[in-house]
Amino acid sequence: MNNRSHNTNNLVSVNNLTFSRGTRKIFDDISLEFERGKITAIMGPSGTGKTTLLKLIGGQLFPQTGNIMVNGRDVHHLKRDELYTLRKRMGMLFQSGALLTDITVFDNVAYPLREHSHLPESMIRSLVLMKLEAVGLRGARDLMPNELSGGMARRVALARAIALDPMMIMYDEPFTGQDPISMGALVHLIKSLNTTLSLTSIVVSHDVHETAAIADYIYVLSEGKVVGQGTPQEIKESPSEWVQQFMNGAADGPVHFHYPAKDYMDDLLHTEKTLFSRKRLIGEKPAKRRRYS
Amino acid sequence: MEFFQYLGAATRESFTKLGRASYFLIGMLSGISSVLIRPCLLLKQMHSVGVLSFLIITISGLFVGMVLGLQGFYILSRFGAEETLGVMVAASLVRELGPVVAALLFAGRAGSALTAEIGLMKATEQLSGMEMMAIDPIKRIISPRFLAGFLSMPLLAALFSAVGIIGGQIVGCGLLGVDDGAYWSQMNANLDFQKDIINGIIKSVVFGFVTSWIALFEGYDAIPTAEGVSRATTRTVVNSAFSILGLDFILTALMFGDN
Repeated sequence: MNNRSHNTNNLVSVNNLTFSRGTRKIFDDISLEFERGKITAIMGPSGTGKTTLLKLIGGQLFPQTGNIMVNGRDVHHLKRDELYTLRKRMGMLFQSGALLTDITVFDNVAYPLREHSHLPESMIRSLVLMKLEAVGLRGARDLMPNELSGGMARRVALARAIALDPMMIMYDEPFTGQDPISMGALVHLIKSLNTTLSLTSIVVSHDVHETAAIADYIYVLSEGKVVGQGTPQEIKESPSEWVQQFMNGAADGPVHFHYPAKDYMDDLLHTEKTLFSRKRLIGEKPAKRRRYS
Repeated sequence: MEFFQYLGAATRESFTKLGRASYFLIGMLSGISSVLIRPCLLLKQMHSVGVLSFLIITISGLFVGMVLGLQGFYILSRFGAEETLGVMVAASLVRELGPVVAALLFAGRAGSALTAEIGLMKATEQLSGMEMMAIDPIKRIISPRFLAGFLSMPLLAALFSAVGIIGGQIVGCGLLGVDDGAYWSQMNANLDFQKDIINGIIKSVVFGFVTSWIALFEGYDAIPTAEGVSRATTRTVVNSAFSILGLDFILTALMFGDN
């Protein structure tokens, strides 16, 4: 397994990152490198903080320790204007697409261009049509987001993400909930856009086969640590139990099927007193004891 | 002991929320300059917040004015002072009912819609998406809505009062026989521009500011789930109603307390 060393060819470097939510440690001193022009995948079970990592790279969340360098700049030490300038060069494809629901497909793709460029409307039209053509949805430009299928919405979001010709794109679970045809189209698009636009792509996913098919390098995360890394072939042959459990979809292993809990029998026999506990479910009232005479 | 822990946690959470709301207000106010540069953003929101509230405000104003005309006539006629019905209806509406009831209706109609819209934008990652496109959602989404609410509220309150006065005239003069000329001339003679109308406008401006702030903050601060947005929408209506009624008392005491 080859560890990627820090070098100038890395567009994004995550160095000794620690991030917690409350008492739960999401990342525990992890370091990752994302090479320019390559597709690097972050894989791991649900709840390992893959989306959180993208938000940290985008500067939407702040780490407790460590830093993230994007194109040689520390994301979390930039001024607001500098961060926004950097973000113009970072595209992000959200899991839900995150399209603005009150405007058409065309206007969604034109949105960043209208906000950030002073181009005439005729040129914006041409650019938008080119981006939509790249994702195969030029004919859907007049539809509203609620008229699109999940796969189409993600392709429109992808067209919007490349509208400003970014240097990198972060994909948050691009294949989740897609039918085989949409999934195939997205796999093809991510690969072809990366090649033709010379992008650097970070794909967060737990769809093993689709991601392994297009990724140049894979990191496998679990419980806040990097448990495996390497090329798709190296990952498939990894001796790590964690990696093998994830790649083969085993229900139990180092990642347990059960969420940590106290003893099952104790739990069944014991009723917890939760009168003023904030953990009580909203709207759930303690049952009144009924008296029968 | 648990009760005190709960109380302490709730108090701390309230102050934290107040801090977040204040920080949000500063961001929202600083974004107003960018709205003024692009008035099309404001006009769109004025339509959604103000123009679409036109019907509920007009109909409610009409009925409130008609009820005032009816109740006022029966009270005033006991003292033989029916001719002053116009003053009573107009003063009640311009000083109190216009700003207060219009603000309560505004909170229910436009405020809840704003909270739900912003909350759903947050839940569907539209706000995060804008941030990642290097577009500040506070400037682009929140400030235009705030300004629209702030400007619409006094206009809606004025409309409410105007329609209410006509409602009072329909009942008082049309049905109960109060002299039409007396209705208008008494109103004209006894209503003070500074004391009644300007104070009424000040009230509606304050209510517009507070209601829009509450509605937008609750949406922005909502837990991004269906239940979180639903609870935020409820909080908007409840907190707005409390704020409007509480502030109305304070403002009334300040404006008319020396009489």
